[in-house]
Amino acid sequence: MENWSLVSICVLFGLTARWAVSLNSYSGAGKPPMFGDYEAQRHWQEVTYNLPVHEWYFNTTDNNLNYWGLDYPPLTAYHSLLCAHDHGFDFCWVLVADLLIYIPAVVLYSFYLSEGSNKKKVCTVLCILLYPGLILIDYGHFQYNSISLGLALWGVVVLGLGWDVLGSLAFVLSLNYKQMELYHSLPFFCYLLGKCFKQGLAGRGLFLLVKIAVTVLVTFALCWLPFLSDPGQILQVVHRLFPVGRGLFEDKVANTWCSLNVLIKIKTILSTDTQLYFSLTTTLLAILPSSIKLLMKPTLWQFKLALVNSSLAFFLFSFQVHEKSILLPALPVCLLLNDLPLPAIWFLQASTFSMLPLFLKDGLLVPYVVTSLAFLFFSIYLLSAFEHCSEDKLRLGCLRHLPSLIPGSFYFSITAMAGLSFMSVALAPPDQLPDLFPLLVSVFSYLHFLGLLLYFNIVQIAEPLQSVRKNQKKSN
Amino acid sequence: MATPRADDWSWFPALALGVSFLKCILINAYHSTDFEVHRNWLAITHSLPVSKWYHENTSEWTLDYPPLFAWFEYSLSHVAQHFDKEMLVVQNLIYTSPATILFQRLSVIVTDIVFIYAVKECCRSVREEKGSKDLLGHPFFILAALLLWNFGLLIVDHIHFQYNGFLFGILLLSVARHLQGRHLEGALLFTVLLNLKHIYLYIAPAYGIFLLRSYCFTKDNTDGSVRWSSFSPVRLVALGSIVISVGALSFGPFIAMGQLPQVLSRLFPFKRGLCHAYWAPNVWALYNMVDKALSVLGVRLKLLDVAKLPKASMTGGLVQEFQHSILPSVSPSITLICTLLSIMPAVLSIWCRPRGARGFLRCLVVCALGSFMFGWHVHEKAILMAILPFSILAVESREDAGIFLMLTTTGHYSLFPLLFTAAELPIKVLLMLLFTLYSFTSLKKLFRLTIGFLVTSLTKALLPRLLSLAGRAALGGVLVVPNFFHLRMMEATVFLGPSML
Repeated sequence: MENWSLVSICVLFGLTARWAVSLNSYSGAGKPPMFGDYEAQRHWQEVTYNLPVHEWYFNTTDNNLNYWGLDYPPLTAYHSLLCAHDHGFDFCWVLVADLLIYIPAVVLYSFYLSEGSNKKKVCTVLCILLYPGLILIDYGHFQYNSISLGLALWGVVVLGLGWDVLGSLAFVLSLNYKQMELYHSLPFFCYLLGKCFKQGLAGRGLFLLVKIAVTVLVTFALCWLPFLSDPGQILQVVHRLFPVGRGLFEDKVANTWCSLNVLIKIKTILSTDTQLYFSLTTTLLAILPSSIKLLMKPTLWQFKLALVNSSLAFFLFSFQVHEKSILLPALPVCLLLNDLPLPAIWFLQASTFSMLPLFLKDGLLVPYVVTSLAFLFFSIYLLSAFEHCSEDKLRLGCLRHLPSLIPGSFYFSITAMAGLSFMSVALAPPDQLPDLFPLLVSVFSYLHFLGLLLYFNIVQIAEPLQSVRKNQKKSN
Repeated sequence: MATPRADDWSWFPALALGVSFLKCILINAYHSTDFEVHRNWLAITHSLPVSKWYHENTSEWTLDYPPLFAWFEYSLSHVAQHFDKEMLVVQNLIYTSPATILFQRLSVIVTDIVFIYAVKECCRSVREEKGSKDLLGHPFFILAALLLWNFGLLIVDHIHFQYNGFLFGILLLSVARHLQGRHLEGALLFTVLLNLKHIYLYIAPAYGIFLLRSYCFTKDNTDGSVRWSSFSPVRLVALGSIVISVGALSFGPFIAMGQLPQVLSRLFPFKRGLCHAYWAPNVWALYNMVDKALSVLGVRLKLLDVAKLPKASMTGGLVQEFQHSILPSVSPSITLICTLLSIMPAVLSIWCRPRGARGFLRCLVVCALGSFMFGWHVHEKAILMAILPFSILAVESREDAGIFLMLTTTGHYSLFPLLFTAAELPIKVLLMLLFTLYSFTSLKKLFRLTIGFLVTSLTKALLPRLLSLAGRAALGGVLVVPNFFHLRMMEATVFLGPSML
């Protein structure tokens, strides 16, 4: 069968799965007074439709910021305004956004930037579209991550095809949709800067640098146009986007601080400022090796790995991280499904598992179980994950004895995740430890993320600067 | 993916699991009154003694399937009590707790294992030309995909809610056994099926004549006609004993209790009217429409008195009995005669010139279509009885593939009114696109069908849709489909798109 029909079938299947998930419960369904993210989106449509622009981010009598105040950059606000004009069935808008932005980017990536036969590319499309985390959050919990992630993915695809200016434009748009995309910004910066260096800062490199800088600034200006008239406006928006007063972490999240908090109560021991500096320093230290390597060798392969390493490091060490932010490292890991199937599948499953408490709160148990099982089964089967477990395929040159342990550990890990999921649903926690299961889930996920962060860093750093080996395929 | 070799069947569980996962996430989709029907039957069979099963009428959804299905519900009810005991209380009408929904949906998904097994057996019986093709081009792969992922079955069973999966599984298994030459097993399976859901009486003539002709007469003359001397009484007795023993198992207890007339009246409710609530696109729907059109015309032209016309409307979407205004009224006997006339050529053909199991299969499909066209109180879901078995023939012959594409596209489209909620609209559109796209591209590749051929098929199938978009209050459109039956006996079949009267 021709590619276009196979791809269309995969896309239709992906869309069906997404819509079917949306038929289930959603965030905050029937839970007054605050309800949930669905209500937040509806409220933003109200605010942007009825109030003038300069009041959107301010606390006024008409706009109570405590009730789901707008806390995303202007593009989200404009999008809400657009949706408000046709307040039909909101889930339709998510589907449309997916169809127009995210899915085409996935298809283009698989066909132009990944390797293998056409069959393999179609399988890659299907597996990326089946990633449960994004489906459950966008269609179950209800959010518009596919727009920001889709735009970021467009950025990667376009950069991979060599159009640097357009790529940076796409990424800036993505950043102006959700500020969490800052997690991805350093790799984009280092990659583009590295390319400029490679082309020589005295000539074409400088020209490229200037072009990119101008594009970035102009795009920012256009997005923030209504707010540029008054510096107070800009400050207020920034204040809404980065609520530094809120503390090191909220709720249970699978990062270092929350897990550390189990042993040492750092939230109470250290002052807010110290916490801020601590997290800043550790984050910088964690992203430094990967960023420097990317600067020195700006190839697509390094870029993908750097995206993973940078966003994962931010997730694990940064300030005020929410569990949904795991989607930011998850996107670049999806791009690695073709190259490093088993580690990628492991990470993606762990990322879905880490959000289990959220799904349980939203009444999404059945979709969670079904999409996770479907993803695991199809990605392992279609991408032949266990056949790519040799030390060469895993690119773990230095750690020779490790690959033999991998399949066993993988099975153990999945079984443990299944077991913990079952316990979270079936058993009631003891009275002294009401948060036992969410905590276990987040710590277990944290260990996975830490281990995979080390792994992906090793893979990125260990690659030689000059591609010496003839059988080294990833060298564009 | 390391392309699986053709003799490696690992792709089959992948296809089956994939569709099962899809069925699982549809658990919380809309379900129709059929959900309450089956819940009620679980309650009746669990809470009441056998003697009351066919008399119970607290709910309007009385037991109207044969006894074996009642026993099936009885066995399900023993599992149901672990999910939610309240659903088994007869008085709890329209009881839909989350546990109830989960149990009922899961029961359909799990019993589909019969269907999955049957599809595997059908795939093994498919004829194909030798030659290395890649997996996706093999007829058995295409058949598996067309059956396992059949759009009609998915939306009727897993959204609308019914148990067709496991029933069609038994039917397809019976067909597979006949294709494999294991006729007694096929006969047994069909008898069991008849005692599970009597709608399969539609295709009983095909079975009866085929088994009589090709199984009871062991040899043919050289020109293919009957060799009367080769009649085998042993085989006839074997067949007879199968039918009688299964029938005894099923109806026996009720005959012993003297309840047979009551059971039969439940099974064949002729008071229900010529047409089902939603329009099965058959001849009588067209007949009703013509009658209505004529009466409207008559009133406009002042030839008829409005007051004298029957007030009720056949098109109102309700299940009732009506009289026609202008054209002669149609009784059940007339529909029976019309049905028999329509299937006569096919049935005679497998008597006079039997073509083995494949001829039988073709006759089966004609019987299903004929009964659909002319039957009394036909459900639109009955089109699946023609579509599913026909899939086997579609992957073996070019002409059949073309007809299949037309039949499935129109047939599936006619199922659209079953899911009328806004939330399910994207699902039915996406799934329909998925199935239609796959069936067209895979069969095109397999038989190297030309674009022209496909365009004609597609246009013929979708013309009603286009017309219905154009004409608001008008008819959906009338499509004439030449019948596929090879022996130059053409039946004009009339298909009707959903009307907006």
